[in-house]
Formats: sequence, C-alpha cells, structure tokens
Amino acid sequence: MNTYQRIVIVGATSAIAEHCARLWVTRSPDELVLVGRHQEKTEAVAADLRTRAPGVSISVRMADFQSPGNIQQLVDELTTRRAVDLVLIAHGSLPDQGMCQADLSLANEALDINAISPVLFAEAFSGAMERVGQGCIAIIGSVAGDRGRKSNYIYGAAKGLVERYAQGLDHRLGATKVRVALIKPGPTDTPMTAHLKNSGPALASVEEVAQCIVKGVDKRKPVIYAPGKWNIIMLVIKLLPRFVFNKVNI
Amino acid sequence: MVEVTSWGRLTRHQHRVIPVTDRNQPGLSAAPGSSIAHGMGRSYGDVCLNGGGAIWQMRGLDRLISFDQGSGRLRCEAGVLLQDIQRLMIPRGWMLPVTPGTQIVTVGGAIANDVHGKNHHVVGSFGDCVTRLCLHRTSGEVIECGPELEQDWFAATVGGIGLTGVITEVELQLRATRGPWLSTETIPYDSLDEFFALADDSESGWEHTVSWIDCLAKQGRGIFMRGNHVGEQDMPLPRARSRSVPVTPPVSVINRLTLPPMNWSYYQLQKRRRGTGTAHYESFFYPLDNLHDWNRLYGPRGFYQYQCVLPRESGESGIAAMLSAISRSGEGSFLAVLKTFGNREALGMLSFPRPGVTLALDFPNHGHQTLKLFEALDSIVAEAGGRLYPAKDARMPRHLFEAGYPGLDNFISFRDPGISSEMSRRLMGS
Ligand SMILES: Cc1cc2nc3c(=O)[nH]c(=O)nc-3n(C[C@H](O)[C@H](O)[C@H](O)COP(=O)(O)OP(=O)(O)OC[C@H]3O[C@@H](n4cnc5c(N)ncnc54)[C@H](O)[C@@H]3O)c2cc1C
Ligand SMILES: NC(=O)c1ccc[n+]([C@@H]2O[C@H](COP(=O)([O-])OP(=O)(O)OC[C@H]3O[C@@H](n4cnc5c(N)ncnc54)[C@H](OP(=O)(O)O)[C@@H]3O)[C@@H](O)[C@H]2O)c1
Repeated sequence: MNTYQRIVIVGATSAIAEHCARLWVTRSPDELVLVGRHQEKTEAVAADLRTRAPGVSISVRMADFQSPGNIQQLVDELTTRRAVDLVLIAHGSLPDQGMCQADLSLANEALDINAISPVLFAEAFSGAMERVGQGCIAIIGSVAGDRGRKSNYIYGAAKGLVERYAQGLDHRLGATKVRVALIKPGPTDTPMTAHLKNSGPALASVEEVAQCIVKGVDKRKPVIYAPGKWNIIMLVIKLLPRFVFNKVNI
Repeated sequence: MVEVTSWGRLTRHQHRVIPVTDRNQPGLSAAPGSSIAHGMGRSYGDVCLNGGGAIWQMRGLDRLISFDQGSGRLRCEAGVLLQDIQRLMIPRGWMLPVTPGTQIVTVGGAIANDVHGKNHHVVGSFGDCVTRLCLHRTSGEVIECGPELEQDWFAATVGGIGLTGVITEVELQLRATRGPWLSTETIPYDSLDEFFALADDSESGWEHTVSWIDCLAKQGRGIFMRGNHVGEQDMPLPRARSRSVPVTPPVSVINRLTLPPMNWSYYQLQKRRRGTGTAHYESFFYPLDNLHDWNRLYGPRGFYQYQCVLPRESGESGIAAMLSAISRSGEGSFLAVLKTFGNREALGMLSFPRPGVTLALDFPNHGHQTLKLFEALDSIVAEAGGRLYPAKDARMPRHLFEAGYPGLDNFISFRDPGISSEMSRRLMGS
C-alpha cells in the first residue's frame, strides 16, 4: 500500500473520483486538492472528506476545464511549491450519440471535455512531474474507448484518444520514475448513467469501481479495467471480426 | 422500469428508479404520478416499494457534512449508511446510540421506521438521537424540523414511513464510547417466566438485552444475551470476513424438515457458550451482516417477518398464546427474537416501539398456510392491545393497523400528496 502525500483530483465532483478520494484519505496523506468547476458542489465533496479525515489538509480550486491557459496556470501553481505525488484526472460527460450526430456543436463539446481537456491537464502535470522525477498520472478513460460502436462513438472516440495519449506519455516517461495509469471503468452507477438505470446494462457499484482503481494504482498497473472482468469482455469485443461486430446491436 | 424487491423478496414488481444525488435540489417533482423514498430496501415488506410507480433511490446522498469532535454532533445526508458512521466514528470515540440488527441501512430509512436496537430501555429509538432534519416535499417546500423546531412535522416524519416527504439531511447526536468492545453474558432459559425475570433483572445493570427464542419448544426456551460497553481490550480486532449466498436455492433452505434440527442445534450450541465473554460490537449487534444476501436462503418465494409489540400486562400471556398458535400451525421460525422494550413512548406519531414486549419471527412463504397463521396471531395481538411493525410487514389488515396506531388520524394531515407506497395504499387507502 502506497501513501501518496500530495494528491490532486481533477473533476473532483465525479462520483467515481469522490469514492477514490474517500479511500485515499483513510491513508492520511498530507494534502488533497480538489479541482472542480462549481464552487458549491466541490466544497460539498471537500466537507465530506474533511469530516472523514480531519487530519488531512483539503482544499478546493476552481478551473476552466476548456481553457489551455487556465489549465497551465493552475497546474503551475499546484506544482511549484511542492511536488504532486498523484493526480487523478476524472472529469467527463456522456453525451447522447444521436444528438451529437444532429448537432456538431454538441459533438465538439463532447470531444473537448472527454478528450482534449483531460489530455491538457495530464500534459501540464507531466512536465512538472518529469522535472522532479516522480509522481503518478491516472486518467479515467473508458471501456467505450476500446472499440467504436454506433451507440456512443463520439464519446468512444474521445476516450480512445485519451488511450493513445496515455500510451505515448507512458512511452515518453518510460525511463523516469513518473508513472501513467489509464483507468477504464465499465458501466458504473453514477449520476452520469442515471438515465440508464431503467433500461440499460447492469451497473457496477461506484464503491467497487473505486476500490478497483485504488488497488490498480497501488499495483502500478499501466491499464486498469474496473471492475477487472472488463479486461476479458473487451478483449473478446476487440477481437470480434467486423462482419460479426457490425451485426451486433450495441 | 426495473425489478425492485425488499428484504423479504415476496414480490418483484417493476419500478421506475429515480436516483437522488443533490441534497439541495432532490428533483422530487420530476416524478409524474406517485413515488416513495427507497433506502437500502432492508425493510421486509412493502413499506419501501411502489410497484408500477417510481422510487427515489436515496443511496446517492451519501455525504457527511460536518462532525464536532467535542460534542459528538454529526451532520450528514440521508443516504449515508449506519455502517459508515459506526466504522468512522468508533475509532474517534463516538457511536450511534441506536442501531437495528443490521447496520446496512440508511439514516433516512432508520428515521422513517424509527428503528430500535437492543438498548431501547436506555436510549429509546432512532428518532431520539435526531436533533434536526431537513424534509423536502414534492411541492418544493422545504421543512426543517427537530425536537425543538416544527415539532409536529418532526413527530410525523420520525416513524412516518416515508410519507411526509423526503429526508435529505440530518443532524445526529452521537454518544461517547470507549471502543468497539462489549462485555457479554449468555444465559439459556427454559420458559417464558424465566425470560421475563431475566429481562427485568437486566434492566438496570445491562444496556443491551435481547433473546433468541426456540419457537418450536412448547414452553418457550431460548437464549438470553446481554451486553455492556467496555473500554480497551487486549484483543485483536476481528478480521473483516464476509461471504455471500451466491444463488437462490429452488426451495427455502429453512423448512419443516430442517427447522427442528436447526433450532435444536442452535440452542445446544449457544447453551454451551453460556457465561460471560467479550464481543466486538459488529458481531454482537449485526451477526448476519457478514453473510450477504442471506435472504436468498428462503428460496424464490421469499419470506415474511412478523413482528409485534404487546403491552406488558397482556404480553406475558399473549406471547405464550402466540407460541402455541405457531406450534399448532406447523409453521416455524428460525430467526425468532424476543425482547422487552423500556418504559417509554416513542416520539413519532406512527413509531412502533412502546412499553412492552416484542416478538419478531421469520416465516418462509408457504402462501395461504402462512397467511392463515398470521390471522391467528393477529387476533392475539389485537386482543392484547398490541401493534405490528410496518418495517417488517407485507400483509397486516387495515383494521389492525388502525387499532394499533392511534396517532394515525393526526398523521394523515402531514402526508405529502405526491408520495405513496404499496403499504400506504394498502393501509391508508392512498
Ligand atoms: C437483518 C435485519 C435486521 C433488522 N433488525 C432490526 C432491528 O433490530 N430493529 C429495527 O427497528 N429494525 C430492524 N430491521 C429493519 C430495518 O432496520 C428497517 O427496515 C430500516 O428502516 C431499513 O432501512 P433502509 O435504509 O433499508 O430503508 P428502506 O427499507 O429502503 O425504507 C424504509 C422506509 O424508510 C423510508 N425512507 C428511506 N429513506 C428515506 C428518506 N431519505 N426520506 C424519507 N423516507 C425514507 C422509505 O420510504 C420506507 O418507508 C432489520 C432488518 C434486517 C434486514
Ligand atoms: N459512470 C460510468 O459508467 C463510466 C464508465 C466509463 C468511464 N466513465 C468515466 O469516469 C469519469 C467519471 O465519471 P462519473 O461516472 O464519476 O460521472 P459523474 O459523477 O457524472 O462525474 C462527471 C464529472 O465530470 C465533470 N464534468 C462534466 N462535464 C464537465 C465540463 N464541461 N467541464 C468540467 N467538468 C465537467 C463533472 O463536474 P460537475 O460535477 O461540476 O458537473 C463531474 O465532476 C468520466 O471521465 C467518465 O467518462 C464513467
């Protein structure tokens, strides 16, 4: 078990990230910084974590997730004083595929928040971590990034971009002590999937997914499927020949 | 729509599930038609169900808000599990004053059923440790209430089986504790008289009392257990071990053939454990929590729980009459609990606890036969001036509910017209 002394969570109001944070604060890190876009929502997460772990210094920072300049400035501020041991980049949103097809500005927004924004955050942290020669960058992708499919390929494409990025970053940092982890949750019971509750696939509990992520990061896995069974399921899906896959209604 | 069941697994009706995730904007009006709050579904019957309609899934409201280490005041959202509070606070010297026989329930559910623990005679029921709560109505109105604020709303909502609104936020007064350990004593008894004598004797010296009763034995033999909190013990903390029942067996594992040997061996085993000991609070208070999905053992037809409280005067003969009705019927119960309540009225208009003696029994669902037995038990309860516990109920007749809960007339005016459950339609007509 690893105690990361200084942890930053980007997209800290995400249910998955929040449950990871609950597990991490039990290990008494020195400091946790929560980055969000809504002050009040992010403060509510901070209040919960402070109540759980009164000894940990927990602070809240606001960011404009779609502004490269703002991202760079924030990350500079967070990394100059002291090194960050772990950053979890968690934000994302699941758009309606049909609406993305009908309205390019929605597709643009979805690609931006699920691909460009997390990549820019990771890129900003990677520089600082490389300089000090340590740290871990964990980015939440998705099983949806493993193979494009008709029901959510704009989202899937964005998550696929994150995967290719993480691969390249891992390659770049291979010789250093900085580590990169790409997290791929399967469908999970969070506000993001609220609309799927009454029809869609069985959803994993957010507690289970968080536990899986925290364990995977501890074990220094470069790719973390959460829950682990998705590793095998996605392997099969990736291997399906196109003529079979295209007949499957998923 | 998805299938939602409660702990007894008697029905599997389709529900529309609406997750509630923002305590300030729970979005209650978004439900066309009626809906009801649903916590962990640890109630046995239909109090948390709304077949064909919607439920608000409260589990997402699981944040703590603040804790004052000096005074033990905890503010949290209503979907927080009692287990989270216990595990977090006991190492800090505080614990919930009241918890039921499982800690895998939400704070909101514990308030709405005004649940009781083994220490009713010392601390009362769950409502007694609530200092404030925030109630959202489907009209959009928000009501803050507590023992000293909007007392009527508080009395309606504590034990109000979810019908007055949705509780989003709560303040609780925890109690100081010296740690996770209890000193315990296990005493076999051979008759109801012995049980009552033990219960009375234990009132002043013991905080927690409960007993398992062998409902197949004519005289009412059983095992009496009592416990007190103690300080640090030179013992290792038990390792967290949990198992689950992976599948539902085709028929109930607890049945006419297995029950006599089960009851006999449980009695003999516990009898050998007689005497004093030290127990961790989790194994003492929540013995079944480590066996996930144990309710599956009752098979696909599910099971009923029958829990009543009888006033003490009529209780001694009433319990005896119930036991003999059960043994005449050929039905039987393994998880049978007999316990006395302390001499205090609960604060909720529809709270279950009252002075007297409570008997709780599990019965595999044998359809008509089981219901027939319940009718016989109902008449004993009615005669004794007792009441049944809504948290456990799936079938009580309306007249018994009305007779057992004189606060009902007063309660009705506090109902939220946008809220209805299978139980409220069955027992209140809407
Ligand atoms: C093994 C076991 C042992 C038990 N032992 C005991 C015991 O010793 N003593 C005892 O008293 N009970 C006991 N119970 C019953 C259990 O404690 C209660 O049924 C409890 O209320 C369940 O809580 P829940 O969160 O699962 O709520 P649910 O069962 O989902 O709902 C219960 C009620 O609460 C309402 N509700 C839930 N959340 C809210 C909210 N946020 N706002 C408004 N209303 C809400 C629902 O509408 C419903 O009316 C036991 C149950 C089990 C399974
Ligand atoms: N749930 C699943 O089934 C699932 C499956 C695979 C992958 N994932 C991924 O897991 C991550 C966490 O999701 P979750 O399930 O925890 O969902 P969630 O609880 O809905 O969290 C989504 C997070 O993204 C933030 N966000 C959304 N749009 C944003 C924007 N335009 N700008 C800034 N922040 C924005 C939200 O901030 P606000 O709180 O301020 O809105 C919130 O912090 C996401 O990357 C998601 O793609 C989820």
